[in-house]
Amino acid sequence: MTLPVPQTVCAHCGTDIHAGGRFCCAGCSAAFDTINGLGLGQYYTRLVRDPALAPNRPDPTDRWDLARCVTTDQAGLHSLTLAVDGLHCGACVWLIETALGREPNVIRSRVNLTTRRLQLGWTGDVADGGRLVWLVESLGYRLVPFDAARLAAASDRTGRELIWAMAVAGFAAGNVMLLSIAIWIGDSQGMGPAVRDALHLVSALIALPAIAYAGRPFFRAAWVALRAGRTNMDVPISVGVILVTALSLVETLAGAGDAYFDSACTLLFFLLIGRVMDHRARGRARATAEQLLALRHSDVTVLAADGTTEQRAAASVAPGTRILAAMGSRIGVDGVVELGSAPLDTSLVTGESLPVLATPGTTVFAGTINLGATLTILCTASGAGTLLAECVRLIEVAESRRGRFVELADRVARRYAPTVHLAALLTFFGWWGFGHATIEHALLTACAVLIITCPCALALAVPAVQVLATQRLFQRGILLKSATALERLAKVDAVVFDKTGTLTVPLPELMPDPSRDPADLAAAAQLAAGSRHPLARALLVASGPVVAAEAVREVPGRGMEWGETRLGSSLFVGVANPPPADGPELWLGRPSRAPVRFRFAEALRPSTRETIATLARMHIGASILSGDRRASVSAIAGQCGIAAWQGECTPVEKFAAIEALRQSGHQLLMVGDGLNDAPSLAAASVSMSPASAADLSQTIADVVFQGSGLDAVSETIAVARRAQAIMRGNIALAIGYNLLMVPLAMAGLVTPWLAAAAMSSSSLLVLGNSWRVRK
Amino acid sequence: MTSILGLILLSLTLGLCALAAFLWSLRAGQYDDMDGAASRILFDDQPPKR
Repeated sequence: MTLPVPQTVCAHCGTDIHAGGRFCCAGCSAAFDTINGLGLGQYYTRLVRDPALAPNRPDPTDRWDLARCVTTDQAGLHSLTLAVDGLHCGACVWLIETALGREPNVIRSRVNLTTRRLQLGWTGDVADGGRLVWLVESLGYRLVPFDAARLAAASDRTGRELIWAMAVAGFAAGNVMLLSIAIWIGDSQGMGPAVRDALHLVSALIALPAIAYAGRPFFRAAWVALRAGRTNMDVPISVGVILVTALSLVETLAGAGDAYFDSACTLLFFLLIGRVMDHRARGRARATAEQLLALRHSDVTVLAADGTTEQRAAASVAPGTRILAAMGSRIGVDGVVELGSAPLDTSLVTGESLPVLATPGTTVFAGTINLGATLTILCTASGAGTLLAECVRLIEVAESRRGRFVELADRVARRYAPTVHLAALLTFFGWWGFGHATIEHALLTACAVLIITCPCALALAVPAVQVLATQRLFQRGILLKSATALERLAKVDAVVFDKTGTLTVPLPELMPDPSRDPADLAAAAQLAAGSRHPLARALLVASGPVVAAEAVREVPGRGMEWGETRLGSSLFVGVANPPPADGPELWLGRPSRAPVRFRFAEALRPSTRETIATLARMHIGASILSGDRRASVSAIAGQCGIAAWQGECTPVEKFAAIEALRQSGHQLLMVGDGLNDAPSLAAASVSMSPASAADLSQTIADVVFQGSGLDAVSETIAVARRAQAIMRGNIALAIGYNLLMVPLAMAGLVTPWLAAAAMSSSSLLVLGNSWRVRK
Repeated sequence: MTSILGLILLSLTLGLCALAAFLWSLRAGQYDDMDGAASRILFDDQPPKR
């Protein structure tokens, strides 16, 4: 039941098309036929498109060396895990799983929508995996296989240990609390001491093994800190828990007094919930960042001596190997061009916005994109002297210089732990020396002080806020990878931006010209449609969809030729006395007609100006450090209202500039995407990268943001400042609670139920306060 | 007294069962894909594999 309106979007991928057709390209048409042929046409009615994702246009061009990624078990079942790009909703999961399930030899096909991975299991020929991958790719998804070795390394052992500990602590807390309530109520209703002791003993039997098991993460961290002569939040927690348990055990065995097993178990349970959430939130942000990187990888085409080609992972290509880099592909290795000439997009490496022509002898770096004809490249070792080696050396310098950042929670713990231990000591001597109590009674009261000050709310004060802030940013596509990034971001008072790819978008923009004939633009776009050159693509964006001219010849580094019509540089088109160029430009030359000039300007990322203005309102100064030519840096600086800028910086100069700013006492945020920014990212106190950044930069950056808008920068800082304020509020609340309770404990008035109530209510108060960061 | 002990043992057994069930579901990967599970319930049943 199609509606009788002229179709304006592609029936498969939903991109805008000309009226008349049904599909945007042959790939979409084929995918539509495949899906309907399988009887899975319901996919289109179920699909809820995510506008943030690229359309699922089938373009199965990647060829993978699957052998290193497939694992085979004894029964002959081959398994493979792949990252999937283009999952919009549950309908995509259904489509992929059902389409693969129709294959007779597929045993397992399961898409994980959270981690965006596909697990594939099949029997028979290993090489059949290639066909299965191709089947999913022809539906419009992009698949990248995960290395079996890397997958095994990424298994999350800490997370599993924390969850198991949390489950055990939860079980113990629940059951001990049931018994404790019985004891408290029984005490007031005349329960006999024999029953009470029996109940205490049962509590001890549950609590002791549970605490020994669930407390291990804390005990271990506290032991490590103590051995290094430091103290952190885990030290007072461990001391508190161990003392509470020991005291309760002594009381139970003596058949007298109070036991605090419920407090110890509940405390561990609450703290472990906090740890698990913290671990998950950051683990998810990290996994997403890793997925983004993995999706960009592609195998390298290695050219053997006998002329045959083979796909291999970039990391396994040895120096001295020849590789082929096809048009539009990302060059995966460092090397020297041997054969061919083509313009290269080096913006991710050097920050230069215009393509550079590579000819035999030109050194190329991993991360550059070939925009022209296929190049043969001799792979060289990334030895000393190359740009990459220089960057890596600077990063090491920066990381050795960066001292260990002391977290807010640890700074508090450094004062807190000695204070409460001193208070307990004073209590003991107060009762024993001046109060003339027995040693046992003085010791019990001192322990009660330690129990009441065991920092449950304090230990939750920081992680609770971090979890909620991380999740909030995650929903916006901002991935917080480092645990301490929020605290460092909150202190930022200056931001340094890279220009190309950070302030600007990768594609330039055609400058409007009222005197231009729209027909000229359409004619030029017909030629441009066949090229990957950024200017040609920008022209195409400005003109909208056109029918590409056939048999267009591209002259690398110069332009396009179609019969006698030419599109390219003024020299190539043969313009007599061209006006001086003030930026990138293209000329369209046709026989017996005046040449037409198309001028381009670099386009700012959306909301760049607003972001700079917002930062200024937050009293954060912005500046630019760029490797690009001074003229274009100055133009961009003027456009987005940044007064301080520097152009033509080498990576070393950028690094030195950041160091100088740091020396003068600034807390710097560096935002950059290029390989040349990587040392500066490491040198700044905190760093951000867009998801389009070079691999090394993304790995180093504390925060990776997706999407095209630069407002992610100001939003992240705003959330960080808010989170910091709430963390401080939480700490004040927790300490306030202690100030209220410690005098009671010192006076010997604390009972087990009062301890349990105080601990739970203060923790809930802190959690409730943390929730405000989500607003 | 004996009835209390019996009841305590019973409640502990039930609690341990719940703990075992949770740990089993954790190992079985039931919490690995929360987003996927939310949309999976809307699919039609797939024909069983041969």
